Amino acid sequence: MNAVELTSVTKRFGSVVANDNVTFAAQVGEVHALLGENGAGKSTLMSVLAGLYRPDAGTIAVNGAVQHFRSPRDAIAQGIGMVYQHFMLVDSLTVAENAMLGQAGHGVRLHTAPVERELAELGQRYGLAVDPRARIWQLSVGEQQRVEILRLLYRGAKVLVFDEPTAVLTPQEAAGLIGTLRDMAADGLCIIFISHKLDEVLAVADRITVLRHGRTVTTVERRATNRHELARLMVGRELMGVVADQPQAVAGDAGVVNLEVRGLSAEGDKGVRALQGVELQVRSGEILGIAGVAGNGQRELAEVITGLRRATSGEVRIGGQDTTRCSPREIVAAGVAHIPEDRNGTGLIPSLDLQDNLILKHYRQQPLARGLFLNGAAIGNFADRLLSKYNVAAPSRAAKARLLSGGNQQKLLLARELSGQPRLIVAVHPTRGVDVGATEAIHHLLLAQRSRGAAVLLISEDLDELLALSDRIAVLYEGKVMDTVPARGADVGYLGLLMAGGAQSGAADHGRPMDTGGIINQDVAH
Amino acid sequence: MLVISVLAAAIGAGTAILFACLGEILCERAGILNLGVEGMMLSGALAGFATTYGTGNPWLGALAALAAGGLLSLIHALLTISLNANQVVSGLALTLFGGGLTAFLGQPLVGLPAPASFGKLPIPGLAAIPVLGPILFRQDALTYLSYALVPLLWYWIYRTRPGLYLRAVGESPATVDAMGLSVQRLRYIYVVLGGMLAGLGGAAISLASNPGWTENMTAGRGWIAIALVIFATWNPTRAAVGAYLFGGVEALQFRLQGAGTSISPFFLNMLPYLFTIIVLVLATRETVRRRIAAPAALGLPYFREERS
Repeated sequence: MNAVELTSVTKRFGSVVANDNVTFAAQVGEVHALLGENGAGKSTLMSVLAGLYRPDAGTIAVNGAVQHFRSPRDAIAQGIGMVYQHFMLVDSLTVAENAMLGQAGHGVRLHTAPVERELAELGQRYGLAVDPRARIWQLSVGEQQRVEILRLLYRGAKVLVFDEPTAVLTPQEAAGLIGTLRDMAADGLCIIFISHKLDEVLAVADRITVLRHGRTVTTVERRATNRHELARLMVGRELMGVVADQPQAVAGDAGVVNLEVRGLSAEGDKGVRALQGVELQVRSGEILGIAGVAGNGQRELAEVITGLRRATSGEVRIGGQDTTRCSPREIVAAGVAHIPEDRNGTGLIPSLDLQDNLILKHYRQQPLARGLFLNGAAIGNFADRLLSKYNVAAPSRAAKARLLSGGNQQKLLLARELSGQPRLIVAVHPTRGVDVGATEAIHHLLLAQRSRGAAVLLISEDLDELLALSDRIAVLYEGKVMDTVPARGADVGYLGLLMAGGAQSGAADHGRPMDTGGIINQDVAH
Repeated sequence: MLVISVLAAAIGAGTAILFACLGEILCERAGILNLGVEGMMLSGALAGFATTYGTGNPWLGALAALAAGGLLSLIHALLTISLNANQVVSGLALTLFGGGLTAFLGQPLVGLPAPASFGKLPIPGLAAIPVLGPILFRQDALTYLSYALVPLLWYWIYRTRPGLYLRAVGESPATVDAMGLSVQRLRYIYVVLGGMLAGLGGAAISLASNPGWTENMTAGRGWIAIALVIFATWNPTRAAVGAYLFGGVEALQFRLQGAGTSISPFFLNMLPYLFTIIVLVLATRETVRRRIAAPAALGLPYFREERS
């Protein structure tokens, strides 16, 4: 029986059509994956189902009866709940208090004790242990996700939607979550799993619906499909294959050390220690990948190297020059390119046009500048040259940067940063929120820079990306480098353990296959 | 004896600020910054005095003050919650509007004697307690009301279900929305409640501590109340401490002037505001050290389908 059924749903944001006549149905007792690239309209569709967005056209039916959701309250009343990508939790409240938000209650007084008991029981039943009295800010990201799931179960949700739930987890945690989802489906719940990762969709789902450009492509049975077919359905063409295994530099190659970080410590935004005695070396012609779960010091590391954050102790040397106390401008002059985490905040100025964004690093130089004035003609040429060289799809160089898609914004940013033949490239999540085509292009650009002799520090949460591009991988956990291993032949299970802070003894476990293995090499029985 | 009378005066002077500060705590807990406290206090002070002048009943005056403050804050709610206006600008406009409107409407009432006011009302038994009795229990009815309001609001915020929603909506409106509660409704309720308390704070001046009406009679107390919200770390019990501290400085300053000291009265008049700045500096240092932050969504508009 169909637990939920969306028929001909259309949702527009201004002139952008996020969902165009989409039809989707999920059954009781199944895990149903919603597969599609970033921007395919998966999250929008599910936000419509969860009552957060109101569709412009189309109907929603729950257990066969048509419903009109005016707010999430209506959807919750029908047993539909969603675990959002950005957790919907109040940091300063406890787990139990978060669960009680909006729940129809008895009386005015706050009775947390019975809620705490019930949450503990539910946690035990589904292997989602978390202290109901802990405050959210005290919990790890993985635990916060458990709180989200427990809250939905506590409130009696029968249909649970997960929006890219593994993005914030270590491989082990992700494998654990997939087990939990299978258990919940076996218990008669309907699980909808949004993802753009083929492997995890194949590991978890019973059926898979593919979305592309806001339209339904098809729905297939897990048994009757494979990785290649799904990739083709999702992208609309054959993938060129993962960029992997270009000739990689041999570790310890004699290239010049372009970046050297010694005993580096720094504080995070809240004054807590974000980096503790980090030691790194990146040589010319080498890509060093930094793996780790979000919030373990990756952002701070990139910011200290690029001069945006002050180090409390330690040293950063770029091309042999001590840049620890240098300003961002001096560091740019030392030949550093920075592709920051939030391209619209730190990377680009969305309300300026493309050519202004492109000259942000170069506007003081001849011929773009003539004394106090800017040379319009030279800037136009410069911009046009970069836009075509880096394949930025844009109506003109005078278009505003915010009108570009995520992938094109990222290419615009790369065009500016890579155009000066940098000695060191600090790239933070360079392909996050970018479609598959642009991801390929960005990977090729980074590899080309490596071949040219640049040193690349690649920070990413996507282990597959790191394994495909890096020469060596260092794992950050709570601001410390746990270990650095050659990327070729690296064991995902071992990396996952490091990401979770385990195996501090280091090389002893190295290379031993883990029985908890990552999703990538995990075989889920159906 | 002198100390006791100064402390008693401190409580009386602090009452108006306490009401306004409690109101602003509710408003900011809901995530809306309302800088219009001064304007709402003035409108409450005038409405309270005018109504009492017309009817001879200060209780009707207090009700009118509640209504006037609530009405003015409703403008702020409409602008910032429904129309997405900038909260700082809207609040400042409210203060200017309240000041101008009351100066205009209150002209015929300037200097008139109050036909009735909230006089000192010693509580039998309690007032006889040595030291504490004369300080706490020989006050006016509005002050007793403020005594009751402090624990009541504390309990409401930290121990009740609606209080949980209030804390949540100021921290993460998106969460509250996703959990099926109406962000807009919660915010409207607390902005208007906050305005009503500010209005009552104005009446505590025009009907109790300084019965009568003069233009701009709140003299910056609304701004001090806003500053005290930070000192109070959005907690009603600490608001009482802050309000009475300020009341104490004010009372002391009056007493010194009355005693005919050689210090310039302009300098003495300045003391409460100087004190506010010092307290704010100290309080901010403490909040940073103890990591007590303002409600995370304070000052930020919330719209569900807004996409970045």
